[in-house]
Amino acid sequence: MSKKLFPDAAAALNGLLKNDILIASGGFGLCGIPERLLDAVRDSGVTGLTFASNNAGIDNEGIGKLLRTRQVKKMISSYVGENKEFERQYLAGELEVEFCPQGTLAERMRAGGAGIPGFYTKTGVGTLVAEGKEVKNFDGQDYVLERGIVADLALVKAWKADETGNVVFRKTARNFNVPAATCGKVCVVEVEEVVPAGSIDPDSIHLPGVYVQRMIVGAPYDKKIEFRTTRSREAV
Amino acid sequence: MTTHDGLTQGWTRDQMAARAAKELQDGFYVNLGIGIPTLVANHVPAGMTVTLQSENGMLGIGPFPFEGEEDADLINAGKQTISELPHSAYFDSAQSFAMIRGGKIDLTVLGAMEISEGGDIANWMIPGKMIKGMGGAMDLVAGVKKIIVVMEHCAKDGSPKFIPACTLPLTGKNVVDMVITDLAVFARPDHNSPFRLIETAPGVTPEDVAARTTAHYIR
Repeated sequence: MSKKLFPDAAAALNGLLKNDILIASGGFGLCGIPERLLDAVRDSGVTGLTFASNNAGIDNEGIGKLLRTRQVKKMISSYVGENKEFERQYLAGELEVEFCPQGTLAERMRAGGAGIPGFYTKTGVGTLVAEGKEVKNFDGQDYVLERGIVADLALVKAWKADETGNVVFRKTARNFNVPAATCGKVCVVEVEEVVPAGSIDPDSIHLPGVYVQRMIVGAPYDKKIEFRTTRSREAV
Repeated sequence: MTTHDGLTQGWTRDQMAARAAKELQDGFYVNLGIGIPTLVANHVPAGMTVTLQSENGMLGIGPFPFEGEEDADLINAGKQTISELPHSAYFDSAQSFAMIRGGKIDLTVLGAMEISEGGDIANWMIPGKMIKGMGGAMDLVAGVKKIIVVMEHCAKDGSPKFIPACTLPLTGKNVVDMVITDLAVFARPDHNSPFRLIETAPGVTPEDVAARTTAHYIR
């Protein structure tokens, strides 16, 4: 039996949650968000949280639930549209936001997890994003210094894991889950299914188990779609 | 279409997208922004292979799924449900932006609120209004090989959008290669050169364009 597998989200987060910690969360929009774990963070009642997450959920979905309960102090995000409560708290000065270009955010997580405390990127040079940061010229082009992110806790949603924590994601639900997972001092992953070791081709593993400390099975999932777009068969 | 000042010529949104599609080449990897740029996908010439990138982590975006086949795990950067193609590939967002920043994407088509004569672009923030964030736009304009902007020539109040210097906070500085509006196309061969008016929409004269543009460009 897996030593990493916990019976539920509250058990998996036991001892990891404190006020004022930095949490890196996977997901893009509502796709691939660790919804069971986020619910458990809300239920724990911890406050003053900083989230490094590409988005802030939508009203009462994902991190949106923790905004509603006022448990979030700061967001480090690239895009926060589609969230009325977020907008209200932000405009009222109750919520701090650090806007970070999407690729810079992903790389800050990747770098932090890879032992790289900072890196130079041309993204944002000459914009508000570069203000107050070191700019350095390499080979005739300016680059801005960005810091790696090391989070106290990483929350991740995946498709399948084996008992040892080797993880596979599904389609575009992979998104920020890999960089978020690697930048956590502790990483907790919720999956749809845990399978025996050996039943995932070692060549097909997206996140090796070394990055995963705890897991839960969060199924069944009722995955939400933000914008349902289709074509009709007749038109083809 | 009829513009604010009664000019009845000019390209429609779809025609602007079709004009942008003329810049596609066989084998290109392309990222399309939200709005008019998305329409470019409908104008890929028959027989040409163009692979569309979605910055959340996919190459080879397919069409919208058939009704009933939507998959919450398969969305584009606009968070719309899409489908996959035989040559599609998935990856994480760090890898997605590594290919963008690393210059592996050939072309991006983006919308804009303002473009300066020096190729600066502003499209993410209006001070005093709710800020939603830049998403991946700053990374795209910094890293993609060719940056095409598709936008209305004038704002709703009639003021020009191709101007000497941007008044809004920038998304990128000296990054734009081509500007396609409902009235005209401007292009420059490199980032040290000024823009040149290379085309006008049917029925639009260079004088019409000049009367609605404050940016300096070569006529």
